[in-house]
Amino acid sequence: MLEILSDNWLSLLIGQWPHGPMGGLVATIGLAIISLLLAFPLGILLALGRISPYRIFYWPATAVVYVVRGLPLIMFIFWAYFMLPLLINTSVSGVTTMVAALVIYEGAYLAEIIRSGIQALPPGQMEASRSLGMGYMKTMRKVILPQALYNTLPSMLSQFISTVKETSLGFVISVHELTFAAAQINNILLTRPFEVFTLLALTYFVLNLLLTGLVKLIESRMNSSRLVVV
Amino acid sequence: MIEFKNVCKWYGDYMALDHVSARVAPGEVVVVCGPSGSGKSTLIRTINRLEPIQQGQIFVDKVDVYNCGSLDELRSQIGFVFQQFNLFPHMSALENLMMAPVMLKRASKADARKHALELLERVGLESKADAYPAQLSGGQQQRVAIARALAMKPRIMLFDEPTSALDPEMVNEVLQVMKALAAEGMTMVCVTHEMNFARDVADMVWFMDAGKLVELAPPDQFFAAPASDRAKKFLQDIRR
Repeated sequence: MLEILSDNWLSLLIGQWPHGPMGGLVATIGLAIISLLLAFPLGILLALGRISPYRIFYWPATAVVYVVRGLPLIMFIFWAYFMLPLLINTSVSGVTTMVAALVIYEGAYLAEIIRSGIQALPPGQMEASRSLGMGYMKTMRKVILPQALYNTLPSMLSQFISTVKETSLGFVISVHELTFAAAQINNILLTRPFEVFTLLALTYFVLNLLLTGLVKLIESRMNSSRLVVV
Repeated sequence: MIEFKNVCKWYGDYMALDHVSARVAPGEVVVVCGPSGSGKSTLIRTINRLEPIQQGQIFVDKVDVYNCGSLDELRSQIGFVFQQFNLFPHMSALENLMMAPVMLKRASKADARKHALELLERVGLESKADAYPAQLSGGQQQRVAIARALAMKPRIMLFDEPTSALDPEMVNEVLQVMKALAAEGMTMVCVTHEMNFARDVADMVWFMDAGKLVELAPPDQFFAAPASDRAKKFLQDIRR
């Protein structure tokens, strides 16, 4: 297994780059980061819709969240893969497809995390700000969201970890990421699938172990520095 | 300045406010008292529309609170102080005071800061300008909360049991600030159990029971010779 790693570590790390698209571990992390960054504003919007008293905002946001949570991610990947080119009438790269599917998927999950953060705040925060004459959106921006997002940071980072794992589904639409790189190595070696995929599993595991450690670190820092006593 | 006209409010079947009619004159200090569950907090929260009402009207300076052009504009003229302080925990005391005036473009950042520091000095907390709420005692938090409400230069101040969540030794520092405000001629409505404050500062005492405004009287008269049996019993109970 070590010899497979020493022969192939570069392609596991960056895929075929610079002779092909960036792939491997770097692409996996990149996909996860880009998806989460784009999913974040979507998540905030959906969360605001989910707590809105206005049906015109509540129902669409709720529908998105329920549909996303009720379907496996791979359905969204297929849907984006086959439907997106038809809808916009041009071919779409696998990476774009994957990002689109992940953004919708993660956006819905982030929305529920952010909503829980908003609703966990004492109602007095909203009342105090509104009593000063601050409007709803101003209150959200200056009073509610800064606290809610801060308080839910650990949950959002956990979501990031599961996003890292979910990028592996990009394999089915030939996105050049870590699983794709491992499959290619397996195709070349032919006789050693057990070692190759164990290596792949170990790579995901170590990466997520590191990220989990980071989340724990941030969480303990927050607890020691937290000025918020609710 | 504030006028209740036949105000009724229900929580489901429960009648929280039962045909309340009353007025508060400019510069007047009204203390609302009564047993718990009598509707005092509900009443004061209707003045800036934190609670919906189902019947009647409330006017603040001739503006119909439940049918007005800009609720935010109206609210910015009415200061509200909560039992639980409700300071913004992610902002320093100074930032708590500056946020609304700056966000609502009532003052430049520099002017808002200057005014905020003056207000903190007025409540005796100029040294705590950079402290966060969690670093302040309950009494200090409530004084910052009063200063925050004053930062919008309101014409009316509403206090919803401002000392009820405080340790006994901190009650006085908050009452002193409220007394000073009253002496300056601020129009105030205070829900409180501090009967000494009512006696010393109030122009009128409103006694509530079961959602009804049972008795309205100057404090001397209310404490010496309450007219209703319910108020007599209430006064006996709290003196014991």
